[in-house]
Amino acid sequence: MTNHWSDIANSDCMIAIGSNPAENHPASFGWVMAAKDKGAKLISVDPRFTRTSSKADIYVPMRSGTDVAFVGGMIKYVLDDMDANPENYNMVYVTEYTNAPYLIHPDFKGAADLDGLFSGYDANKRSYDKSTWQYQLDENGIPKRDKTLQDPNCVFQLLKKQFARYDADKVCKITGTPKDTYLEICREYCATGKPGKAGTIMYAMGTTQHTNGTQMIRSYAILQLLLGNVGVAGGGINALRGESNVQGSTDQCLLAHILPGYLSQPTNKDETLEKLLQRATPTTNDPKSANWWQHYPKYMVSLLKAWYGDAATKDNEFGYQYLPKTTKPYTDYSWIALFEAMYAGEIKGLMCWGQNPAVCGPNVNMERESLAKLDWLVAVDLWETETAAFWKRPGVNPADVNTEVFLLPAACSYEKEGSVTNSGRWMQWRYKAINPPDDAEDDLWIINRLVLKLRELYTNQGGPNADAITKLTWNYGDIPDPNVVAKEINGYDLTTGMLLPSFTKLQDDGTTSSGNWLYCASYTEDGNMSARRDPTPGPYNVGLTPGWAWCWPVNRRIIYNRASVDLDGVPWDKEHPVIWWKNGKWEGDVPDGGWPPMAVDPENTRYPFIMKPEGHARLFGMGRADGPFPEHYEPWESPVDNLMSGQQNDPAFKIWDSDMDHKGTPDKYPIVATTYRVVEHWQAGQMSRNLPWLVELMPDMFVELSEELAAEKGIANGDKVIVETARGKVEGVAVVTMRFKPFQINGSTVHEIGMPWHWGYTGLSKGDSANMLTPHVGDANTMIPEFKAFLCNISKA
Amino acid sequence: MSKALLIDTSKCMGCRGCQVSCKQWWELPAVSTTNEGSYENPPNLSAETWNKIKFKEISSNGTVKWIYTRQACMHCTAAVCVKVCPTYARGYDDLGYVTVDQERCIGCGRCVIYCPFQVPQIGGHDISPRIKVEIATPRAVTYNCNFCIDRVEDGLTTACAKTCPPGAILFGDRNDLVEQGRARVNELKSTYPQAYLYGENELGGLHSMYILTEDISVYGLPENPTVGTYPDFDQADIPAWYTQAIADGKIPAFPWGARPEWYIQEPPASALRGPQGPQGEPGEAGGWGQALGWGGVGAVVGVVAVALSWIIGRRMGQESKQAGK
Repeated sequence: MTNHWSDIANSDCMIAIGSNPAENHPASFGWVMAAKDKGAKLISVDPRFTRTSSKADIYVPMRSGTDVAFVGGMIKYVLDDMDANPENYNMVYVTEYTNAPYLIHPDFKGAADLDGLFSGYDANKRSYDKSTWQYQLDENGIPKRDKTLQDPNCVFQLLKKQFARYDADKVCKITGTPKDTYLEICREYCATGKPGKAGTIMYAMGTTQHTNGTQMIRSYAILQLLLGNVGVAGGGINALRGESNVQGSTDQCLLAHILPGYLSQPTNKDETLEKLLQRATPTTNDPKSANWWQHYPKYMVSLLKAWYGDAATKDNEFGYQYLPKTTKPYTDYSWIALFEAMYAGEIKGLMCWGQNPAVCGPNVNMERESLAKLDWLVAVDLWETETAAFWKRPGVNPADVNTEVFLLPAACSYEKEGSVTNSGRWMQWRYKAINPPDDAEDDLWIINRLVLKLRELYTNQGGPNADAITKLTWNYGDIPDPNVVAKEINGYDLTTGMLLPSFTKLQDDGTTSSGNWLYCASYTEDGNMSARRDPTPGPYNVGLTPGWAWCWPVNRRIIYNRASVDLDGVPWDKEHPVIWWKNGKWEGDVPDGGWPPMAVDPENTRYPFIMKPEGHARLFGMGRADGPFPEHYEPWESPVDNLMSGQQNDPAFKIWDSDMDHKGTPDKYPIVATTYRVVEHWQAGQMSRNLPWLVELMPDMFVELSEELAAEKGIANGDKVIVETARGKVEGVAVVTMRFKPFQINGSTVHEIGMPWHWGYTGLSKGDSANMLTPHVGDANTMIPEFKAFLCNISKA
Repeated sequence: MSKALLIDTSKCMGCRGCQVSCKQWWELPAVSTTNEGSYENPPNLSAETWNKIKFKEISSNGTVKWIYTRQACMHCTAAVCVKVCPTYARGYDDLGYVTVDQERCIGCGRCVIYCPFQVPQIGGHDISPRIKVEIATPRAVTYNCNFCIDRVEDGLTTACAKTCPPGAILFGDRNDLVEQGRARVNELKSTYPQAYLYGENELGGLHSMYILTEDISVYGLPENPTVGTYPDFDQADIPAWYTQAIADGKIPAFPWGARPEWYIQEPPASALRGPQGPQGEPGEAGGWGQALGWGGVGAVVGVVAVALSWIIGRRMGQESKQAGK
């Protein structure tokens, strides 16, 4: 989240799209209700009328996978309305804080010119040469801008051209949304474009889990930037994370392509530390750009010092060669690629830590088969999960499975101490309430034992790159103290041994350490900041609660907050200020850098979007794999042709071709299917399907379908039904409901059904996993699987 | 000052955290359920389920509405279940809520069949380790929401109000909540012309009040519920253990703090003369009884007897079915 949970209460209009907070983030709903109590509107956009929709002021259906069309139409609505009623929008924000005035390479061609593609596409490689997706530079190497926004090559004009095709009629033909309600949403939401108003977009896996999910989020970001909704209280792009510590695990590099703190991961092209630092450190010639990633070398060297301590010296590149390097061209270590590699027999061992791929993985029949190709599997969990029990699942003879499986019992959250970081980037310390049962141990204890044993083995027996393990600073004792780990993550001044107060103190000469620069300031000489519990709302009474826990970076509660003020440092919304330049200094939240406002001191100021080398938020985003602007493409499996262009699918996602990767076609599978969670169950179900009170509430796998489709198929409410795709079939109880309605897509009826994916073959409540149906394809940028839109058929069992 | 719950259905999102927190606090067992084509489960209130959310989908003017209604004891000021209880197992607390003393309960089921909200339920004496029923066990007794009596007396909110994420269940002084409820209804009128504060006046005023957005009938709640007349309980059906327990002094003939006018069953004269008899002035909770008089015999004695035995039999059957699963 750019903002945070309690900030939702400051919003004037909330769109829940690709999310279902009432069911999947129930605790957030108190803040939604608080905003509604103050007169805010809640808009729910979902293929199915959900429990969130039931509390919405406006609900509108949208066919799964058509977010870019839906939001692209809203972007067009804003751009058109800006021409007609510029006084209703914050044009200063658009001109001064976004890259709208930047001039793009004159040879750039967009999707409107190239029938759905952008310039530089190579169909064989399914990738783009991005050389035309670049800014024009002046003689000083600074990007050229036209602040009148009139130059045909400026981002603003290119954006208009990109979305000119997204008129409401065409959009609604693609999404199946009733046009009158669609326009009502455009009016309501775009009213937050007025300075002083704030709209927030609450999204989750309904957005990300598509082959073009990243571009869907990009479309939200563009809309928010045009409306001046980023950086302000009650605004932002807010990813509702599906688990209490997803944000924390992402920050600490659970993702395959980064190091802690989102530091660029070394590849085999980065042969030396110097080469890595050169590649990964962006530069700018614009003196007004803070270009915060210029500090990458300080963060990277401090990370190496945290990991390798005295063994990390200037002479050995601070231990850089101990780190593994990914290979170029790209070796993909994301989920789908790992399971494809397992299936191909290239991976021999797997540790599943608090994860249950035998339920939650896409095309799960294939992923279960992949587990059988391993030599060994370690499952660390509270219960015997489907993954731990895959070798004795229904239909499998255990004698035929050669994988050796270890099940390590783990402590649950109340049985261990440590921190979790929530969606709003708040690191919150938790204490242990009770001891775990029997042999169960906390994760830190388990990983500590594992590393100590590995170190012993590598010390005694050697092995390839043994120093990577033997030189680690790993001195947590037998019973590791999470406080020691948290301090190491914060980092030290190695010359004094004192904990560092902030990442601004980090150095690239080996005199500082930090396990994660973003968390530097979380555990200082003043104590454990994340353990603070002062609920006082704080400055301006907008719920910043600066004394409650700790928030990265440097306790800044709303990031990009320098965009919440005008060029003089005065808030756009004086009733809900985030920061305010008064008497020569900033008041309020921790500002995104302490430089003076842009008009107050044009020499010493900095642009507000400090993480980009150009200092401006990107309406035009050259970093993405599949285009600098979002463009509507159909899901990999879709019942219709793409009405927007001749390019049916996102042009850059990887298509896999193992003998278990099957694609369904609409002649055989004409119905759109989607998957989701219910509030009563938790993720892959290993926790909730073992709790009787929750099983009582939601006892069985079910499938939701419209009354119209049920009538067509002769299905009655409560019947057992079979849903089938090109990859498998599942059985569930039919929930026939008026909350699903058939879509009218370009004049034809398209049915959509949906089902939760919580079930599996172990636990108190058993049932088929919906992922027996889902495809093994992922987003072009992130590789997150396309769980949310695929083709199926349904029949009475 | 009486306490109450105010349930704002315009804020309830059907998450059923209240259903679980109720069971968690009172250590009530889960019941075995199946999905019959709805999110709603368990299908009914039971001895093991004192609080549940009903789900209802309605279509109005082409738009869908999903209505969530909480089913639990309404804690009436004029409670039928108290009035008809032959052994004074039910009564009123000073804070206004309806109490159930399972120790006195003989499982006759009169509260079950006469409650206008179909709330009290019959089940085994040993359902929850939190509720001790020691005299003359084993037997069936009645259960329903008891207003989290221990939490409330310790100054806490009820478990359901504590857990409700959107703040749809409020706990507080009844007078304040009535004011709050009226104000909220006024706010809602522009969007929901049918908005209504249910329980402000019904049955002398409920201590579980509901802010409704639709017509009352949509929620399956009785419109204008009244306290009717009910037959006396046949004293011959009082079990021997109960008479013996009173004779042995294990339970008083008439509970301390109770008032004769709450019941249609006349307390034994000896009990009223003794030191354990009713004391103090009639309070707000007991006020209705005198106005209505007590002891009226209805004309439905035969029908009631049949219904009673059928209901009890059916419930016992269900339990044994569940136990056998």
